[in-house]
Amino acid sequence: MMQTLRRSPLYLLLVLGAVASLVPFLWMVIASTHTTAAIFATPMPFLPGGELWNNLARLQEETGFARVMLNSVLVATIYTAFSCIVSAMCGYGLAKYRFRGRGIMLGGVLLTMMIPGQVLLVPLFQMMASVGWINSFQALILPFLANAFGIFLMRQAFLDFPDSLIESARIDGASEIKTFYRIVLPVARPQLAALVIYTFISQWNSFIWPLLMLNSEEKYTLPVALNTMVGLSRVDYSGLMLGSLLATLPLLIVFLLFQKQFISGLMGGAVKG
Amino acid sequence: MTTTLTRPSEPKEGRATARAAAARATRRAARRHRPGYFFILPALALFALFFIYPLVSSFIQSFQSISGGETSWVGLAQYQRLFEDPLVAQSLFNVFLILVIQVPLMVCIAIGLAYILNQSWVRFRTGFRAIYFLPAVTTLVAYSLVFRVMLATDGGAANQMLGMIGMDPIDWLNSEGWARVALIASITWRWTGYNMIIILAGLQAIPAEQYEAARIDGAGRWAIFSRIVVPQLRPVILFSSITSTIGALQLFDENFILTGGGPNNATLTPVLYLYKVGFQQFDFGYASAIAWLVVAIIAVISVIQFRIMRDKP
Repeated sequence: MMQTLRRSPLYLLLVLGAVASLVPFLWMVIASTHTTAAIFATPMPFLPGGELWNNLARLQEETGFARVMLNSVLVATIYTAFSCIVSAMCGYGLAKYRFRGRGIMLGGVLLTMMIPGQVLLVPLFQMMASVGWINSFQALILPFLANAFGIFLMRQAFLDFPDSLIESARIDGASEIKTFYRIVLPVARPQLAALVIYTFISQWNSFIWPLLMLNSEEKYTLPVALNTMVGLSRVDYSGLMLGSLLATLPLLIVFLLFQKQFISGLMGGAVKG
Repeated sequence: MTTTLTRPSEPKEGRATARAAAARATRRAARRHRPGYFFILPALALFALFFIYPLVSSFIQSFQSISGGETSWVGLAQYQRLFEDPLVAQSLFNVFLILVIQVPLMVCIAIGLAYILNQSWVRFRTGFRAIYFLPAVTTLVAYSLVFRVMLATDGGAANQMLGMIGMDPIDWLNSEGWARVALIASITWRWTGYNMIIILAGLQAIPAEQYEAARIDGAGRWAIFSRIVVPQLRPVILFSSITSTIGALQLFDENFILTGGGPNNATLTPVLYLYKVGFQQFDFGYASAIAWLVVAIIAVISVIQFRIMRDKP
């Protein structure tokens, strides 16, 4: 007890930090349940108001928010599924086979991690324009399916897998693909789960590329839709806050449910490497 | 006669069969490893099409001028333009300001927090960790919007709180200095907990015996922290610093939403400038040159950071 008291300045500091972390969240929730006028009134509201449903209805009417949400879920899900398959396959190939050019491929993967993606914006934009894919979902998904970080993560996961198990599967007559899906992949489930979460979040957050690609409201993903709301002549701030809340909520839920995988997904070998 | 003929040929034949056997083994091994190509093929094709090709294309375009559908080779002119462009200088200045203020500030806070929250006597440790990590869960655009609304000059939450303690409102997003402060504060809010978690994981990798041994040798709290914890954490701190530095150099979402690069380009970053040049003015050649400038700077800074961290004993 005495010790706790003596350490109270430290706790005060920790609590202040926690408040600073939480205030924007609390404020987002409160703001999304008031009218825009109430948000900016003096004094500002400290408790949730009764405007949530009105804001939701207006958000839906102004931006077709349900559609936007569906687009984001759709794009992120398809992207995650294919990207993780590509990463797992490539990681396995690099970890367990000795073929000519393997070193170059591995070096190439590391290189793509070091080169900032912005370099690709102009030429990728031109590519998409030349095949008529502007304003399409495949333009959001396809160019970034091969994800160097994911390949590297999966390679590290497969490196430790015992060769003898793979060998015995081969002797039992399993095809290479079957060996991979049935025997190797299930063992790497924790890393795969982390990768799935990481990939989903990165697509969910993706802003500059969808901003360049999408030009019609019915194709907008969440970040792009939120950004367009700011561009309107009279900004609907309470709707905007509700939209931000709805964009954050899925990630919050995933975080609370899968804290461990969530964090290891975001960190991805930061400590080990 | 026959013996003299066969004898020398014996080892030769043996060598030949050995070589043949080795070759067969290699071939067999190669055949066995051939499925490796199958597994990397999708990634390889995607990389070639959507990474290598655009990368080369971007490099070539940085030596070109594209206007009105006409492409012409201009050599180093685009790069020369970089050096004469006050907006490039401005965007680099802005980003370096963030690098020297925000990154060290954030990494130090993260180390401090991680160290405290790694002590077994701290109550509600897991709760604090989760709360501090929470900002890393927000979508970049969403949190930037929340900060934009909170920092509104008239009636924004930040100014209302200042008002409560009797201070005048601040014109956060419309004055050069405060806009930078706002941007730095937002990024720090978003990323400190994330770095804290990484450093925390590094702390937990330090064996407990080391603390014990130091304590027995009579080392104080500060000595343990500076002599044992920080040196052991070097790779993790390096990782945090490099990723934060690269993140700052690639800054786009936050300042695009918060200030649009204003006021007076005080929060313009190279990537935002690239976006404006490339996709508002459609000057693709110059945009490519800006992109390669960012690549070069990131490469140089990463090398320097690696050197600094390695040289220190």
